[in-house]
Amino acid sequence: MKLSLQRTRKTRADGADSGDYGLLRLLREGLFGHQGWTPAWHKATPRAHYRVIVVGGGGQGLATAHALATEHGITDVAVLEKGPIGLGNVGRNTTIIRSNYFQPDNIRFYEYSLKRWEQLERTLNFNAMVSQRGTLNLFHTEAQRDLFTRRANSMRLLGVDAEALDRKEVKELVPLVDLDHGRFPVLGGFLQPRGGTVRHDAVAWGYARAASRAGVDIVEHCDVRRVVAERGRVTGVETSRGFIGADIVCLAVAGHSSTLAGTVGLRLPLESHVLQAFVSESIKPVLDVVVTYGAGHFYISQSDKGGLVFGGPIDGYNTYGQRGTLPVAEEVAAAGLTMLPGLSRVRVLRQWGGVMDMSMDGSPIISRTPLDGLILNGGWCYGGFKAIPAGGIATAHLIATGEPHEIARHYDLDRFADGRTIDERGTGPYPWAH
Amino acid sequence: MLRIPCPHCGVRDETEFRYRGDATLTRPAADAGDTAFTRYVYERNNPKGWHAEWWLHVAGCRAVLRVVRHTVTHGIHSVTLPHEPADIPVELR
Repeated sequence: MKLSLQRTRKTRADGADSGDYGLLRLLREGLFGHQGWTPAWHKATPRAHYRVIVVGGGGQGLATAHALATEHGITDVAVLEKGPIGLGNVGRNTTIIRSNYFQPDNIRFYEYSLKRWEQLERTLNFNAMVSQRGTLNLFHTEAQRDLFTRRANSMRLLGVDAEALDRKEVKELVPLVDLDHGRFPVLGGFLQPRGGTVRHDAVAWGYARAASRAGVDIVEHCDVRRVVAERGRVTGVETSRGFIGADIVCLAVAGHSSTLAGTVGLRLPLESHVLQAFVSESIKPVLDVVVTYGAGHFYISQSDKGGLVFGGPIDGYNTYGQRGTLPVAEEVAAAGLTMLPGLSRVRVLRQWGGVMDMSMDGSPIISRTPLDGLILNGGWCYGGFKAIPAGGIATAHLIATGEPHEIARHYDLDRFADGRTIDERGTGPYPWAH
Repeated sequence: MLRIPCPHCGVRDETEFRYRGDATLTRPAADAGDTAFTRYVYERNNPKGWHAEWWLHVAGCRAVLRVVRHTVTHGIHSVTLPHEPADIPVELR
């Protein structure tokens, strides 16, 4: 502990911390040609041993390290990231935050997360552009209306905001929506006013900066090849920069969870699948709410730059390729234009893919593993971004105390063997269908 | 777009097929116990590399096919029928 305090002071003295972004600082930098800015976090060189190693510098990994340092006083922590911070799934998602789930266990967890999003900028002292513009789910059949009403009631019983909108209210909120589509007319919508979007890059940068300031080592370009264990206990990790010892290793590596856990002989209830996302050219403001389509899998919002950010389902077969294929791109475009036909002339600017760790019940895993000292934060499917604040706090709690956090107790690995799966949509153990 | 060479129908687009997951699993005996069934139902190798998987040719011959496909390159090594022996790439034998 003493060691890391000294290290923190050294970090500040050598000028690797850029300080705050207050008005006076901006003025001063503006007057002197912006020469004084330095990197937002210290680019650490790994030491030989840490109390905790977090593998993966994405949203979950950084939030875990941040919570370890700030909530539990554990600063002898390294975050090992294969590439640069912010280029993995934390910077590849469609930036949506919400807690409109059906299963009470999921509502509680994601609502805890949404409350932390509401405080995030104060917590990190960083502008993440948290925008609670509302998330609207459209429904097109009476059965779907009943299902959404049931979901909204399930949320309201737990004190979470949810509203039912009729056709007129949907049209007022999103004038672009085609209410009278011949095959899939819109009957109404289900709105969570507190849902919204967050600038995902700023989330990665803000957490990295805050964790680094709290004394965590953020090590970029350090590829963890395998987990090393001796006599049934974790002793460290073998990386592209040599062996690094640790008392506890936490995997927060999304789609590569199975690969790394496999190096110590663990088989996880996960499959890796690719999810695509798309962004259009910038257009004038047309959409100030997140909308999801009910007759197909499609969700869309407009970024502050003006680009329409949208996505759909996963491609549907095991893959580690960080690229999507055309059939799903076509399906997404078709669903989008059925819902918002006015966008037919908008050009797609970019399309990309990220590898998801799809779990067998579609719910995340924050758990101890059969190997002593190895903690798993994974199985996020495509819901990991909105869960970053809660996932970090719950994982740090498990690492620091050895006991699961009360909001994530049900996300243990044993739930599969015990028959306690949390299957939000009742899909069954088919990861490609969640 | 995957192009899957169906033994009955020839090379067809992936959109004619429905994915049915890992083809290396074998259902345990009825009295094998909970642990064996947990492994069978929930745990997966999820390899980064060659993966044997079931595809149902739903818009074609409706046969279930065992496709050995690479999960990074998406290259297809072999397509066989369930009763035929699996054709696994040399480096995995």
